[in-house]
Amino acid sequence: MIDVVIIGAGVTGCAIARELSRYRLDVLVLERASDICEGTSKANSGIVHAGYDAKPGTLKAKLNVKGNLLMEELSKKLDFPFKRNGSMVLSFEDEGKEKLQLLYEQGIQNGVKDLKILPGDEARKIEPSISEEVVWALFAPTGGIVCPFNLTIALAENAFENGVEFKLGTNVKRIGKISGGYRIETDKGDFETRAVVNAAGVYAAVFHNMVSGDKLNIIPRKGEYCLFDKTVGNLTSHTLFQLPTKYGKGVLVTPTVHGNLLVGPTAVDIDDFEGVNTTAEGMADLLKRGALSVGTLPTRQIITSFAGLRAHEEGGDFVIGEAKDAPGFFDAAGIESPGLSCAPAIGEYLAEEIIKYIPSEKKTDFKETRKGIPCMALAAPEEKQRLIGENPLYANVVCRCELVTEGEIVDAIKRPLGATTLDGVKRRTRAGMGRCQAGFCSPKTVEILARELWKDIGEISKNDPGSEFLTGYLKE
Amino acid sequence: MDKDLVIIGGGPAGLAAAIAAKEAGVSDILILERDSRLGGILNQCIHNGFGLHTFKEELTGPEYAGRFIKKAMELEIPYKLETMVVDISSDGDLKLVSYMNRKEGLVVVRAKAVILCMGCRERSRGALNIPGYRPAGIYTAGTAQRYVNMEGRMPGKEVVILGSGDIGLIMARRMTFEGAKVKLVAELMPYSGGLKRNIAQCLNDFDIPMLLSHTVVDIKGKERVEAVVIAEVDSDSKPIPGTEEEIKCDTLLLSCGLIPENELSNALGVSMNRVTGGPSVNESLETSIKGVFACGNVLHVHDLVEYVSEEAAQAGRKAAGYLAGYGKDSRADNPDEVVTLKATDGVRYTVPSSIRLSRMDDRQVVRFRVGAVYKKVAIQVLAGDKEIMNIKKQALAPGEMEQVILQKSVIKDIPDLKEITIRVNTDN
Repeated sequence: MIDVVIIGAGVTGCAIARELSRYRLDVLVLERASDICEGTSKANSGIVHAGYDAKPGTLKAKLNVKGNLLMEELSKKLDFPFKRNGSMVLSFEDEGKEKLQLLYEQGIQNGVKDLKILPGDEARKIEPSISEEVVWALFAPTGGIVCPFNLTIALAENAFENGVEFKLGTNVKRIGKISGGYRIETDKGDFETRAVVNAAGVYAAVFHNMVSGDKLNIIPRKGEYCLFDKTVGNLTSHTLFQLPTKYGKGVLVTPTVHGNLLVGPTAVDIDDFEGVNTTAEGMADLLKRGALSVGTLPTRQIITSFAGLRAHEEGGDFVIGEAKDAPGFFDAAGIESPGLSCAPAIGEYLAEEIIKYIPSEKKTDFKETRKGIPCMALAAPEEKQRLIGENPLYANVVCRCELVTEGEIVDAIKRPLGATTLDGVKRRTRAGMGRCQAGFCSPKTVEILARELWKDIGEISKNDPGSEFLTGYLKE
Repeated sequence: MDKDLVIIGGGPAGLAAAIAAKEAGVSDILILERDSRLGGILNQCIHNGFGLHTFKEELTGPEYAGRFIKKAMELEIPYKLETMVVDISSDGDLKLVSYMNRKEGLVVVRAKAVILCMGCRERSRGALNIPGYRPAGIYTAGTAQRYVNMEGRMPGKEVVILGSGDIGLIMARRMTFEGAKVKLVAELMPYSGGLKRNIAQCLNDFDIPMLLSHTVVDIKGKERVEAVVIAEVDSDSKPIPGTEEEIKCDTLLLSCGLIPENELSNALGVSMNRVTGGPSVNESLETSIKGVFACGNVLHVHDLVEYVSEEAAQAGRKAAGYLAGYGKDSRADNPDEVVTLKATDGVRYTVPSSIRLSRMDDRQVVRFRVGAVYKKVAIQVLAGDKEIMNIKKQALAPGEMEQVILQKSVIKDIPDLKEITIRVNTDN
């Protein structure tokens, strides 16, 4: 019998896996998709919230501030990009000051440091990009931005390095109670386990409700985004939120940790658990709202758009911990915003709960750190030379827009839990994330994937099976 | 490493520029090419029709490139393959060109002159902001062309093409030849952006319908494209509700325009032309930075490669002139000697955008595109207020590059000439 099976290799599942890997436990992660970070974790704002949003006393409040604190240290240990760029909540009406005051007080109660309410002019001194319409702003210097892909992948790789097993492309069909634990039936066989961690994102309610009478209801809440070229990535240096206005809930305008500009998300509850399509209305709406913060948005510089689904639980808070009527079944459900910020704290919190259930000793040989793939685009000239000296493939540029080399792509494939798809390479290296959106590099990346994985190029896919690029040979 | 002339890009522009520079006496040249062979995008353009003007024969893309590659070999022009230029900066009069390759690692070349020949890229789905899912099966026409012509593989079987740029039209025919069903070409504008001959030979000959004033408003399919929804657009290019039609397909090809690749030009800080997306250049195709020249699709998007070759040869000769010492002569830049070219009334831009009279050749080619379709009009050229040309045209279209040739003999004697205007004359 396995000690713990974690369902879902998103940022939450991977954070829990890493924390559990500190202990002498047999841990298995089951993931439906063919790669880690394929659900909500790959399509979100990439924001590390300061922690003033959540109502004091909620799990969201408690875990956000802690997650924010943990993120910086974790980024150094696990080598993923994180930047404390500071955030602002903008009010376009004088009355907004009261609402900002409320957020400020919430923040203080939640333990957020250095919050300040500023009149528009003072806010504009700190962040000149914000529009003349801004009357008041709440400034939170502890807000940050992170690469959601590399955060998730780093957590997974480190967990793997510490002995956690991952089964990708494995779809959980049914969970049933057995003596001393649970039987998890999947399309790749059954697994018996003492404890289950339910980190299945928008599907978490489905799994919870298989074992618990205390039902959850998760509604996928779609958020659409537009991503802009790096040439306008410096439009704002802070993450700009908005107070809700008479036109509805605000959207954010933020630099990404990689230097693009990101605007979004919309918030629309939908029925389709796979409904990650963008819509003309959604994009028009978010661009209109985003423009409020900065005057005008350089819409000609949009390089892509995408949508993600937040797992919104009806109760409004995270559902984290052992299900009341299902001992050994631990939920990490309803993990919507600020879930990414909270992930390191959720990992710690839930691992502690699980260790209470399955007492276990800490390993003495736990590897605390992980080294990421070198980044030639950011390396100083001497570092570039050194890397090329080590491996000449670091001199062969494949993705010209983001300056990603063959060496980095081969690394991404050959690492533990390495990339097997074009999207997998993209999330690990940024190849194809630039302004040509993989027009030039995708045939080359497909070729490298095929070569390294001993496959034919016809077998290489964008992401899950069914998304192969090529349909056959000529004149077939 | 020191070099007189570094040419960035070994495609049609880089090759023609290098050959012309060598023939004009520059001996110390280096071509830097990122791909594994010279010839650039011509290597995947295996259809014929190249070289009609220059060689009086119909060549394929690789054959056309081959003529230039052979010449460059005969002239023993040095080149490096699989070599990516990662940065250019200025150091006094010199340009520091940093490149990377497997053999040498990171190298900085100190060049007296540089010719930018980096070409262009295709507008992507993201830049078009087409709503819908993000499955496999959405390719720019050039990417699909590479799969078909270089790898011998089909990127799809049932195809819809958005945009009627030349590569899209060529791929409509190519995919049909290779067994795919091309269901239709949808074009946002009320006219095609491609060459007339391509519409005839690639669509009409194969009964592939083209719907003008139509666009794709949704993409369906989670793993692979399953269908696209097209809709008619109004005069502001906005989809008209109620005109949507779902078309089953597994592939969407995009041929919606080309964008000059000027990342390096921007890093260097050359002044850019907002209309072309390329550098602003003078009569010598020299950018705002002395000794840095630009030609081919990095300068402005061409429709025929022969114009690229012609233009690049001019850049090569002018770079040779610069190296021979004209570059040191600052009198040419005397503002009294510089004439601005103004594009107006339907003419979107001109290349060059200024002429230094003392550096002007006897015949100066000025290339441009118009912004709409015109029938029975004229291209009028005014020197100051005075008409110096009025060339009748049966038709003008944005998809076809136009040119006029200015004669130095006509211009040089016009007193106090500051501006030459090129416009579409609709009252002709």
